[in-house]
Amino acid sequence: MTTPALKLTNVHKSFGPAKIIQGVNLEIAKGERHAIIGPNGAGKSTLFNLVSGLYTLSEGQVELNGAVISGKKPFEINRMGLSRSFQVSNIFSNMSVRENVRCGVLWSLGYGYSFLRNVGNLKEVQEKTAHILNEVGLLDKANLPAALLPYADQRTLEIAITIAGGAEVIMLDEPTAGMSHSETDRAVALIEKATKGKTLLIVEHDMGVVFGLADRISVLVYGEIIATGKPEEIRGDPKVREAYLGEEADEIEGASA
Amino acid sequence: MTDMTMQSTALGPTSAEKFRQRVLPFVLFGLVLAIIPFFGPSRTTMTLLNHIGINIVFALAYNMLLGRAGLLSFGHAVYLGLAGYFCVHILNWIDAADGGFWGNLPVFSLPIWGFAMGALAGAVIGWPSCRRAGTAFAMISLGVAELMAAAAFMFDSLFGGEMGISGDRMSGPEFLGMSLGPLDEVYWFVAFWTFVGVVAMFMFTRTPLGKLSEATRDNPERVQFIGYDPTRVRYLVFIFSAAFAGMAGGMAAVQDEIFTPESMSLIPSGAILIAAYVGGIRYFSGPIMGAILMTWMSSNLSDYTVGWLLYLGLMFITVVMFVPDGIAGLVFGFWNGIRSPNRSHLMAKWAQQAVGVALMIVSIIVIVEVAFRWSEGYGEVFEPWGMELPHDGVITWLLAIVPLALGVALLRRVARKSEEV
Repeated sequence: MTTPALKLTNVHKSFGPAKIIQGVNLEIAKGERHAIIGPNGAGKSTLFNLVSGLYTLSEGQVELNGAVISGKKPFEINRMGLSRSFQVSNIFSNMSVRENVRCGVLWSLGYGYSFLRNVGNLKEVQEKTAHILNEVGLLDKANLPAALLPYADQRTLEIAITIAGGAEVIMLDEPTAGMSHSETDRAVALIEKATKGKTLLIVEHDMGVVFGLADRISVLVYGEIIATGKPEEIRGDPKVREAYLGEEADEIEGASA
Repeated sequence: MTDMTMQSTALGPTSAEKFRQRVLPFVLFGLVLAIIPFFGPSRTTMTLLNHIGINIVFALAYNMLLGRAGLLSFGHAVYLGLAGYFCVHILNWIDAADGGFWGNLPVFSLPIWGFAMGALAGAVIGWPSCRRAGTAFAMISLGVAELMAAAAFMFDSLFGGEMGISGDRMSGPEFLGMSLGPLDEVYWFVAFWTFVGVVAMFMFTRTPLGKLSEATRDNPERVQFIGYDPTRVRYLVFIFSAAFAGMAGGMAAVQDEIFTPESMSLIPSGAILIAAYVGGIRYFSGPIMGAILMTWMSSNLSDYTVGWLLYLGLMFITVVMFVPDGIAGLVFGFWNGIRSPNRSHLMAKWAQQAVGVALMIVSIIVIVEVAFRWSEGYGEVFEPWGMELPHDGVITWLLAIVPLALGVALLRRVARKSEEV
C-alpha cells in the first residue's frame, strides 16, 4: 500500500478542561478528495488548525506523505507541500489582487527572503501569477486592491493564494460559505479545476457541494469521527442521519411543508 | 493569442507606466538636487538643505517599519545615533592615523560605515524585539531608546558624556577633489547619499522581502501559510531599516561633526515618527515630504515664535484625526481631483475647506500667541502688523472665538453636504 498523503493518528486537542478533539484517526490517500462534515462546534476548524500547524496537538501525530509534521511551525508545514485556506477571508487587504497571488508564488519558486531582486523582473513569478489569476478568473481584476473585491471574489482570491505555492495537499475551510447558488456552482467548478490531481481536504456545510465533490466523507461529531466512507455509505448510515444529516433533513422537510 | 494578451496585462503595468511611476520621479528628484546649488543658497539655507537630506533618509528608513511593515517604533533614533557616534569615532581615527587603512579612508564613504553599524545594531537589538509585533514591539523600542540614552550618559569614553564627541570632517584625504570643508561640498556629499538612499529604499520595496513586509503588515497569520516566517520577515526588515537610519547617521556625522547623547533620546525618535506620519506613511514619497516640512519648521518657525512646538503638536493631532494619509495623501488626492470629471465640484469643496481651515488657524494663532505672552507675565503684548492684542482686549477675544466658530461651522457644512451627495 502506498503512503497516504495525510495520516492522522490518535489526534487529541484540549483547551484547558475542554476536550475539543478526542482521538481522531484518519487516512487520506494521494489524489483523494475528502470532505469533513459535522454539526457546528464539532471541531472541524480546530482539526484544520491542528493539521496546518496553527495549533499544537495535545496528543497524537500527523504525517504528510509519511513525514511527521505535528510539532512543526505552519510555514515549515507549508514548505513541505500543504496549503490551507480560511473560513473567513484571510487575504492581504492593502495589496492588489496580483500582489496577493504573487506573494503566494514567491516561496515555491525559491525566492525566499531575497532583497536583491526586483519582483517585477522575475519572469517565472510573473508568469505563474498570471497563470493562476487566469485559472481562477481574476485576471481582469488583477490591479484592484484586494479589500475592494466583492465577497465572492475575495473567497476566490483566498483559494488562489492557497493554490499559488503549488502544494500537493490543499485544505479548504468552508470555501463556499456565504455565497449565492450561482456563486457556489462557480466556486465548485473552480475547486475541481484548481485541485485536479491533488489531494483535497475540505470542510463544508453545503451538502450539495460535499456530495458532489468528495470521493470520501468523514463525519466529525464532538471531536470524534463517527463514520468515514463513500458519499452513498454516509448518506445511508443511520448513526450519521441521527447525529447530523437527520437534523438537517428535518429542517428541509419543515421548510417545504 | 487572446490568452497571451490577457496574460501580458496581468504581468503588470506597461513599460511606459513603469517609466512614469518608477523612473521619472527619481530622475526629477536627482535633477532638483543637482540644480539647487546654482541658485546660490546662503550658508543657513545650505545647512538647512543638508539637514533635510539627512532627515529624508531617516524618515524613509523609519517608514520601512511604520508604513511598510506595520511596526511602530518609539526609538529609531538609537540606530541613527549609534551609527553617527561610530562615524565620528572614525573621523577621529582618520585624523589620528598616519597613513594605513584609516589614514587613506575618504570621509565621503562614512555613510557606508554608518549603514554597516546601523545594520549591526539592528541585528543585535532587533533579535529580541522583533519576536513580538504590535504593542509589545512598541514598548520594547521605547525601553531600548531609554536604555541607550542612559548608557550614552554613563559611558564617557564611548559617548563623551553630556558634551558628546566631535570630529573634523576635513581630516581625511581628498576624494573627487573634495576636502568636504566648505558647506557646498558637504551639500554635494549629502545630496549624493540622499539620492542613493532614496533609490535604494525604493528598490527595496520592490524585492520579494519588501513585498512580504507589506504582506506581513496586512496579515501576519496568512503569511505563515504561504511559506514565510513573519518573525523572520520583521527581523530582516528591521535590520534594513536600522541600516538606512545608520546611513543617515553617517551623513549627519559629516554635516554636524558632533554627536551627543541627545541624538539617541526619545525626542529625535518622536520627531521622525511625526515627520513620517505627517508626510503620509502609506505613500513612498510621504516621509520625504514630511521630512522637508518638519526640518523646515523646526529651523524657521522657531525664529518667528516661541510657541512653534505647540503648532507642531496641533498639526500632528490634526493630521492623525482628519488627514490620515498625510501631505502625500492631500497632494495625490488633489492631483487626481483636478483631472477627474467633477473637478469644478471638488475645487469648490476644497476652496471652502481651505477657507474654513484658514479661519481656524487665525483664531489658534491668536490664542497661542496671546496665551504664552500672558503666562510669561512680562507685560509683552502680541502685535501682529501693529495691531495690539492684549489678553484682556475685546478684539482679542473676538478674534479668538469668531473665526474659530465660523471655520468649524463651514467645515461641518462642507462635510454634511459631501455626505449627502
